[in-house]
Amino acid sequence: MHLFSMFLKFQHHLYCLCLPQIRVKPDHTGVVTDGVKHSMNPFCEIAVEEAVKLKEKKLVKEVVAVSCGPQQVQETIRTALAMGADRGIHVEVSGKDYETLGPLQVSKILAALAKKEQADLIILGKQVADFRDSGTFASEVNIEADKLKVVREVDGGLETIKIKLPAVVTADLRLNTPRYATLPNIMKAKKKKIANVKPADLGVDVSSRLEVLKVDEPPQRQAGVKVETVNDLVGKLKEAGTI
Amino acid sequence: SKSQVIVQFNWRDALDLEGQLTEEEIMIRDSFRTYCQEKLMPRILMANRNEHFHREILNEMGELGVLGPTIQGYGCAGTSYVAYGLIAREVERVDSGYRSVMSVQSSLVMHPINAYGTEAQKQKYLPKLARGEILGCFGLTEPNHGSDPGGMETKAKYNPSSRTYTVSGAKTWITNSPYADICVVWAKCEDGRGRGFILERGMNGLSTPKIEGKFSLRASENLLPHVSGLAGPFGCLNNARYGIAWGALGAAEFCFHAARQYTLDRIQFGVPLARNQLIQKKMADMLTEITIGLQSCLQLGRLIDQKKYTPEMISMLKRNSCGKALDIARQARDMLGGNGIADEYHIIRHVLNLEAVNTYEGTHDIHALILGRAITGLQSFTVGK
Repeated sequence: MHLFSMFLKFQHHLYCLCLPQIRVKPDHTGVVTDGVKHSMNPFCEIAVEEAVKLKEKKLVKEVVAVSCGPQQVQETIRTALAMGADRGIHVEVSGKDYETLGPLQVSKILAALAKKEQADLIILGKQVADFRDSGTFASEVNIEADKLKVVREVDGGLETIKIKLPAVVTADLRLNTPRYATLPNIMKAKKKKIANVKPADLGVDVSSRLEVLKVDEPPQRQAGVKVETVNDLVGKLKEAGTI
Repeated sequence: SKSQVIVQFNWRDALDLEGQLTEEEIMIRDSFRTYCQEKLMPRILMANRNEHFHREILNEMGELGVLGPTIQGYGCAGTSYVAYGLIAREVERVDSGYRSVMSVQSSLVMHPINAYGTEAQKQKYLPKLARGEILGCFGLTEPNHGSDPGGMETKAKYNPSSRTYTVSGAKTWITNSPYADICVVWAKCEDGRGRGFILERGMNGLSTPKIEGKFSLRASENLLPHVSGLAGPFGCLNNARYGIAWGALGAAEFCFHAARQYTLDRIQFGVPLARNQLIQKKMADMLTEITIGLQSCLQLGRLIDQKKYTPEMISMLKRNSCGKALDIARQARDMLGGNGIADEYHIIRHVLNLEAVNTYEGTHDIHALILGRAITGLQSFTVGK
């Protein structure tokens, strides 16, 4: 069985909040991307870890790591290979196309790729998961016969479902603790293959229906006001028109 | 079209060391740095305060494959010396004690077995040492012989009837010895030449109390046959000294970054301490020495990987990195004022550790003599000619 472990690079600002060096371009058309380090986001790390664990349990045969984006995303694919993925696929999207790449185009790319590769299972980081609602927010994943048993974290608690393969699963924080890539595995990763693919090869048009008009930094956080009593608080909220 | 890249000065990496590393070296450094910051840093405050040795750290490092990393085969990663240096720097950024444990295991125990041992010895010990399953120590220094190991009094007497050696003597200041499962001990044979022996805990007559390691025991297949004389221990020490050259700068970097943050946060006379000229001058000196030091370590690592190095190069950088790091740590301690004495700020721990690091594996002065001899052709170790 082929297992597809996928992690996606979206617009930079999804991780921007964690990186102190991200700056808005002077002309307000986007964020500065030169010299910014591309690292795998934590949910994608968890997705890769789960895939590798399933392979170690001998429940899946092959783990493929996928990323969409410019040349630099190869670093994150290599990290996945160092964690234990068998091979990588880099869907090359760069320049203006990358800046306007949205969930719709990415899901088309992944769907086309999944079909081509005949993937049985797709695992994603939860942040990119809005297009399927099976197996989302997974905190536990098990393969029983030809079905996938998933424990999901929902508002009311935990929900256990069984889904047929092929399926999509999104990883939540409590699914596992990603391993540190070991030295021997980092060195083996050098020899693993990363295939290069263009969206056009998959029959996907990445031109965007959205146009970015302006990008601004979030406003500077203003100091708050301290109040002494609950009545003062209610008074202030009424003044501000919020209640 | 060519995008215009504006280069900004980066005080964290002033001469772009990053750009000189391979992708593999960066990945190794990043993965191990994360482990050190997430798993070692939280433990060190109490471990240092209570003098507790976390034996499990060897197993954790073993799992990551960072023990004996330059050795080919036997369960080792077989990576470059530059990667070894980067590893040492990351672990010493947390603590010199942790890095000492790693250096001893890798350079002073695994290296001699790999370089001078028989195939049987390598198969028996190296994989377990690599996994951190067993811990080793290096017995060279004696109570009366530190800087002059050639004068060692530990003896190895050959017994022809049983074809064994009897090793007797006392070693001191042996890192890891109370917890070690094996000891690589250097002793003088009857021909006057020193040789290395692998001794195992449990052997009759071997005791490793907290400061001194005393022994008198029989060892048969434990001789390391492929080296004699001082070349053996010095080969090991040079291997370790190289790691220390990188490691000391990791400790210095921690102190520099910590002092920078502290002086930016601490307000006195209405302004941050970092606003003051004396404070900035001190940080300018720290930045310069660390940056230049790392460049020299990188070049040395590349030369070692190309097999184009000499021991004097290693002496030069061990001496430079340790001396400069100790200085930086002391300055940083001073910049933190009273808080600099509290172990919660970590700097004082680096100051104390670096005193030891500056001293062991060849003192600052001894390395100067090694270089002096290389520069002039005249030895100044002994009083005579």
